[in-house]
Amino acid sequence: MNRLLVITKRLLQAVPTVLGIVIITFLLTRALPGDPAAFFAGPAATAESIAQIRTQLGLDQPLPVQFMTYLGDLVTGNLGQAITTGQPVLQELISRMPASLELTLFALLISLSISIPLGILAATHQDTWIDQLCRFVVTAGVSLPTFFTGLLLVYVFYFLLGWAPPPLGRLDIISISPEHITGFYLIDSLWAQDFETFWSALKQLILPAITLALFTLAPLARMTRAAMLQALGSEYIRTARACGLSNGKILRTYALRNALLPVITTLGMVFSFSLGANVLVEKVFSWPGIGSFAIEALIASDYAAVQGFVLAMALLFVALNLCVDMLYTFVDPRVKLDG
Amino acid sequence: MASTIKPAGNQTFFGHARYVVMSNPVTLIAMSLFLLIIIIAIFGPYMVPYDPLASSAGNALQPPSWQHWFGTDQLGRDVFSRVIVATRLDLIISVSAVAMSFVVGASIGGIAGYQGGWLDSVVGRFLDTIMAFPLFVLAMGIVAASGNTVQNVVIATAIINLPFYARVARSEVVVRRQAGWVQAAQLAGNGPMRILFGRVLPNALPPMMVQISLNMGWAILNAAGLSFIGLGVRPPTAEWGIMVAEGAGYIISGEWWLVLFPGAALMIAVFTFNLLGDGLRDMVDPQRRT
Repeated sequence: MNRLLVITKRLLQAVPTVLGIVIITFLLTRALPGDPAAFFAGPAATAESIAQIRTQLGLDQPLPVQFMTYLGDLVTGNLGQAITTGQPVLQELISRMPASLELTLFALLISLSISIPLGILAATHQDTWIDQLCRFVVTAGVSLPTFFTGLLLVYVFYFLLGWAPPPLGRLDIISISPEHITGFYLIDSLWAQDFETFWSALKQLILPAITLALFTLAPLARMTRAAMLQALGSEYIRTARACGLSNGKILRTYALRNALLPVITTLGMVFSFSLGANVLVEKVFSWPGIGSFAIEALIASDYAAVQGFVLAMALLFVALNLCVDMLYTFVDPRVKLDG
Repeated sequence: MASTIKPAGNQTFFGHARYVVMSNPVTLIAMSLFLLIIIIAIFGPYMVPYDPLASSAGNALQPPSWQHWFGTDQLGRDVFSRVIVATRLDLIISVSAVAMSFVVGASIGGIAGYQGGWLDSVVGRFLDTIMAFPLFVLAMGIVAASGNTVQNVVIATAIINLPFYARVARSEVVVRRQAGWVQAAQLAGNGPMRILFGRVLPNALPPMMVQISLNMGWAILNAAGLSFIGLGVRPPTAEWGIMVAEGAGYIISGEWWLVLFPGAALMIAVFTFNLLGDGLRDMVDPQRRT
């Protein structure tokens, strides 16, 4: 089957999921006890302004009509106004999204580069102290609350050792943000060949990224270990050994390539974890991403902003899952994605 | 006769449990920690040296000492007493959330698996839609929409855990639906609900118990995370997540004890449940050990 066709089919499969997400974010506001007009009007609203918002939002219409209006708003990108900043919610989300994405993806990179070797090490030394140690470290990693790890790292590396900059955003005070190209400061500053800004951005990024990476280490390392064990026990590895291939070649070329497939599948769950943990890490490090935007909105009972945030996160999650599936089709040509 | 058989049955059960505990000392540690946490949750509030809510302004931000083992916070409250007292609230939140999702999840998953057909597809679609959200974010949305109370934090945590239980229950029920003893029960004139809840689901309990134990740690983390960002429990109530949040502002000026002790308590509780879950899984299903 043509690869393009496979990808198109997978994209179509995401449509009902997106529809489900939109329905749930819609129902979150409408079908719950309490007055959504009062939510949208904010805590300081008077009875008249609530009534005005009710007609303005069309809350006096029947539910299906309201849903169609909501869909229309979504298509035109109208997510309402954020009370805290006075800007449209969509604009806030778009301008803050790169900060969150840069953090999440950089953390994922760190997590992958530690967890895969760790999993391989545990699998090749099964049931020895190395294996036990890996198991312990990994369980400890998933048991640590992300906000707690973050604060501990700040204490040790900022307060005690003075190696890290204060946990206040993406750049230190002296640097100015690089010209907006991708919104990822690391890439933008490299593009502008501004190595000072790059260094400053990296220094700010490293602690929150490690915090987030520690949390996602466990599922990836566990899955790598299990998949490697299964691959190493297979017939083709025994054949390869019988043919006298070197140990390194067997591990890298034959076992790891096959073991990576279930690891890629696990990435979906890992994204769910890290997008949630992202919110907590952003609060600890005052990271100006969409998570801290949502927390500010929650405190101010700014419901339009929270709703936009939930929707944006869910759509981002769907998009990341789609990317993982695409990756899967390239890594494993057997996948037809029709199952 | 009966008296000779009964001890023998007990012996094999305890023998098996002892074998599992001995072969994996980590499970033994987890068991002891679990008992300790339960004891603290029940008797903690009666044992603490200070009133967890009593503030004394002259005594604020004292480092750990013999008078205050874990130091005092910005209002001069004793951190040790607060950490101990918080155990009960944190456990109540997570246990009731997990219990709710266990009961509801087992019911809808069981019914969907037993009936099959369109009901199964509808339930499956619904669960998929919940899983399509990053779960912590969905919990934030639910609490924000339904009101910022502890009760809603419990409900939100229950909802995001629901798919795990429903899926385990469904797959266990589907495997057993066509079993000979189910057909025998049908022939004996039992109704479908009676067979499902009286016969099939009790047989699916062991894997569900493992799921509970693995989920419990996650539920505690979730609830603490929600209160860390200011949802659910309000100050001055003692709760681990909110204590870490209150101490967060003091970490860059070096008052580490405000964050370390409640955070460590949280970590130990989650770690205990995760280890216990692993141990239980080894007991129930040695093949899935990873």
